[in-house]
Amino acid sequence: MSKKMRVLIAKPGLDGHDRGAKVVARALRDAGIEVIYTGLRQTSEMIVRAAIQEDVDAVGLSVLSGAHMHYFREVIDGLRAKGADDIVLFGGGIIPDQDIGALKAMGVLAVFTPGASTQEIVDFLHKVVAQN
Amino acid sequence: MKSKRRWYKEVYRPVTERHPERDYPFKTLSDIEVEPVYTHEDLTDFDPEEELGYPGQYPFTRGVQASMYRGRLWTMRMFAGFGTAEQTNKRFRALLDAGQTGLSTAFDLPTLMGYDSDHPMSRGEVGKCGVAVSSLADMEVLFAGIDPAKVTTSMTINSPANAIWAMYLAMAQRKGASWDSVGGTIQNDILKEFIAQKEYIFPPKPSVKLVIDTFEWGPKNVPRWNFISVSGYHIREAGSTAVQELAFTLYNGIHYVQQALERGIAIDDFAPRISFFFNVHNDFFEEIAKFRAARRIWARQMRERFGATNEKSWMLRTHAQTAGVSLAAQQPLVNIARVAVQALAGVLGGTNSLHTDAFDEALALPTEEAAKVALRTQQVIAYETGVGHTVDPLAGSYYLEHLTDEMERRCLAYFDQIDAIGGVEAAIETGFFAHEIGEASYRQQREIDRRERFVVGVNSFVEEHPEIPLQLVDSEVQRVQLERLERVRRERDSHRVDGALAALREAAVDGRNTMPAFLEAAHALCTLGEQMDVLRNVYGVYEEPVTI
Repeated sequence: MSKKMRVLIAKPGLDGHDRGAKVVARALRDAGIEVIYTGLRQTSEMIVRAAIQEDVDAVGLSVLSGAHMHYFREVIDGLRAKGADDIVLFGGGIIPDQDIGALKAMGVLAVFTPGASTQEIVDFLHKVVAQN
Repeated sequence: MKSKRRWYKEVYRPVTERHPERDYPFKTLSDIEVEPVYTHEDLTDFDPEEELGYPGQYPFTRGVQASMYRGRLWTMRMFAGFGTAEQTNKRFRALLDAGQTGLSTAFDLPTLMGYDSDHPMSRGEVGKCGVAVSSLADMEVLFAGIDPAKVTTSMTINSPANAIWAMYLAMAQRKGASWDSVGGTIQNDILKEFIAQKEYIFPPKPSVKLVIDTFEWGPKNVPRWNFISVSGYHIREAGSTAVQELAFTLYNGIHYVQQALERGIAIDDFAPRISFFFNVHNDFFEEIAKFRAARRIWARQMRERFGATNEKSWMLRTHAQTAGVSLAAQQPLVNIARVAVQALAGVLGGTNSLHTDAFDEALALPTEEAAKVALRTQQVIAYETGVGHTVDPLAGSYYLEHLTDEMERRCLAYFDQIDAIGGVEAAIETGFFAHEIGEASYRQQREIDRRERFVVGVNSFVEEHPEIPLQLVDSEVQRVQLERLERVRRERDSHRVDGALAALREAAVDGRNTMPAFLEAAHALCTLGEQMDVLRNVYGVYEEPVTI
């Protein structure tokens, strides 16, 4: 790839648990990826806008509050509405298995739960963004 | 030659040359190097009278009560809350029926952030990670059939703590329970929100002012209530080490004490009701040492630095919770073992109250079954192991006393460092805490990713994990909650509401104690969001600088 990969890590909604988002952001940066971190309390509209303005290849949502179905749906709809559905959407948090299936059906390419290694996430991004 | 040195030279080294040590980091989770053996030589300056004392005596290293668990076991207090007030009330009663001895309330994110369930920011979040409480009406449903004079209740609420506490006290009044008989705890520790959990609304200064209102009002009006639970739990969950958790928490506690003194409240009028809340993580001995060091440091600070003369002011009473962050989504039943070991460390550390995490919490909120196994784990420790038969059974262990000293030393070094920055508020603003915790959490993650540390089922002994049944929050929650909120708004006396909100605004603008105004607002059925909006207007809202 000639261009450096750009990834937006986002914290939607009211959840303030940011350990995971920050650890992932740092690990991606250390792996040579350009990372933009939104900070806390983002609405889905803010995340979609940031993804487009920052021209990112992928967006990762971190949700530990149980509201993941709601936010992934809004962000995916938002990206589609702006014609930006080539942006890879992935995520992580406290997310039950049965919801992971539903999220994947919705178009979320991968969901990483507690215990996932940051290397898995890096590998995943290199694979899917290269395919794009 | 000292005997330990001789043993290393003549015994240990020859043996390890033939059979090398395992290739594994022999250091605690706080990065304290651990030697192969500890002896009396590691405790050369150690005076047990001064460093330990006796149980129930200064400096309380061995525990705040003389008889500890021989007198009364720790309070088994399971954190619970999800969905509607009705659903959580049902879970509360199930836990009490199963032998739990105190309640602990988890609120949903809109409540924690001071939004009503019908606010646009609440969409998708109502009842998800806790119970929604928007007014006194929800509070009354939540505690239906539970006597606030008999059961103590802890409420994990911070920025809106004054308002939620007022709703609880109004509920108790309406049930005819006298405030003298009502006991419980509000977390009400806003500093650790800025440092770690990030559920703040207002900027640090007015936020701390609201906390000090409870220091002033609480002891006079609700004498059995712990109006604060200074919390390291969330600092640890955000990725800190045990040392950082200890240091930042105690430093926060000291900051509140200083603010209360500045307001002119006498130390012994409020200090006995300050309580604490620590994490119990995986590193067994380090965790036990942390609890013991915490009690010793706090006692010394309160007596020697602040001149408290009431013994109760010197005592660090604490709740503990096993480490949610240590639970894995892979092979979730293995979490039962983690929780049991962590809980044992909490008990050996002399905690006064304990929550044990359920094995399914890396995947969802706990099912009733999983929560019950967690409670039963405490009961096994309490009734079957005999660890509570004698007080502070590990005292005098060379290793444990060395670690306890080391925790204290490193904690005091952090105190100096934060002093040099200019105190807690300056350290928040300059991002000191965010940086310290960020470094520690990243280092821990790297160690796991590189398999320098093993986590069972995660980076070693890996296998496909079976699916387990999970607690799901149904979509009915939002409807039930919104209907009640709408009914409250429709049926209440709007004149009284306006008056109560105006009085709250006045108290905030004038810098008076806000608690009486919150009480009237609760009785007037003002919603939580309405009350917090008043304060948002007066105090403004806080946004933290974004850093990775």
